[in-house]
Amino acid sequence: MLNGKVSVVTGASRGIGRAVALKLASLGSAIAVVYHGNSEKAEETVREIESLGVKAVSYKADVSSYEEAKELAKRIREDFSRVDILVNNAGIVKDGLIAMMSEDAFDSVIDTNLKGTFNMIRHFCPLMIRAKSGRIINISSVSGMIGNAGQANYSASKAGVIGLTKSAAKELAGKNITVNAVAPGFIRTDMTENISDDNPLVQMIPLRRFGETDEVAEAVAFLAEASYITGEVIRVDGGIAM
Amino acid sequence: MDEKTIFDAIRETVAERTDANIDDIKMESTFRELGIDSLDTVELLMNLEDKLGVTIEVDKKLETVKDLVDFIAAL
Repeated sequence: MLNGKVSVVTGASRGIGRAVALKLASLGSAIAVVYHGNSEKAEETVREIESLGVKAVSYKADVSSYEEAKELAKRIREDFSRVDILVNNAGIVKDGLIAMMSEDAFDSVIDTNLKGTFNMIRHFCPLMIRAKSGRIINISSVSGMIGNAGQANYSASKAGVIGLTKSAAKELAGKNITVNAVAPGFIRTDMTENISDDNPLVQMIPLRRFGETDEVAEAVAFLAEASYITGEVIRVDGGIAM
Repeated sequence: MDEKTIFDAIRETVAERTDANIDDIKMESTFRELGIDSLDTVELLMNLEDKLGVTIEVDKKLETVKDLVDFIAAL
């Protein structure tokens, strides 16, 4: 159980982030709901978390900005006075073939997915170091493990997240802070809405179906409670990256 | 902030962390000699931030106690 704990979840207004926020809340954790675009959806998530009987506050922030992440850490510290669990989930896709990919499509995906994860760890780890305790869980992707045509930017960012996870795990282990990653495969969210069920990709998934956001949230919740696992990447992908 | 205040705070913090005798911590002592490695430095700086009420963002290598005293004094 996570009673009395405080979790920060980025990209929590929808998709995997929302499912993670709700799962951690159902285990008793208060939640800082970090979102970028959709304040209406973020408020919906907040209300749903509150109905589970725990505190929830929404924060609008662009995690790709070092300064905004810094300010966010300050605000959350003021509101909750501690952070036990940080889930770096905020991510974007701008798919395209390399030969046709714009500089902006590459940069913006790296900035949000990889640098955003760094920015959050950078500004939240001091709180955890002081507390000599913490769990950081980064959402990577199987695309970052095995590559995916049309996702050079995305898979590079997600592979980067795995490297970042392992370095942070080694650096922070002495402070009793664990850092792990979850690598989802094809999960049914807005991000994958363009991939239909009859896509040949689905036939490549050993479990023959898309995953659900709740199934990713289960893995995150497991890592949030695990005390002797660090630097690990857990695939939640129906076996696609075996 | 005067150097004495900073020096005393550093000595106190280092002594707490390493069980070193406070009198053995001198301006010219290196953190390595005092048994503080680069990963420990982060925590040391945070404890100092709390003690001195300043934000310390170090962007260069500080080898001796004096390096750190000078760095904080210049903030």
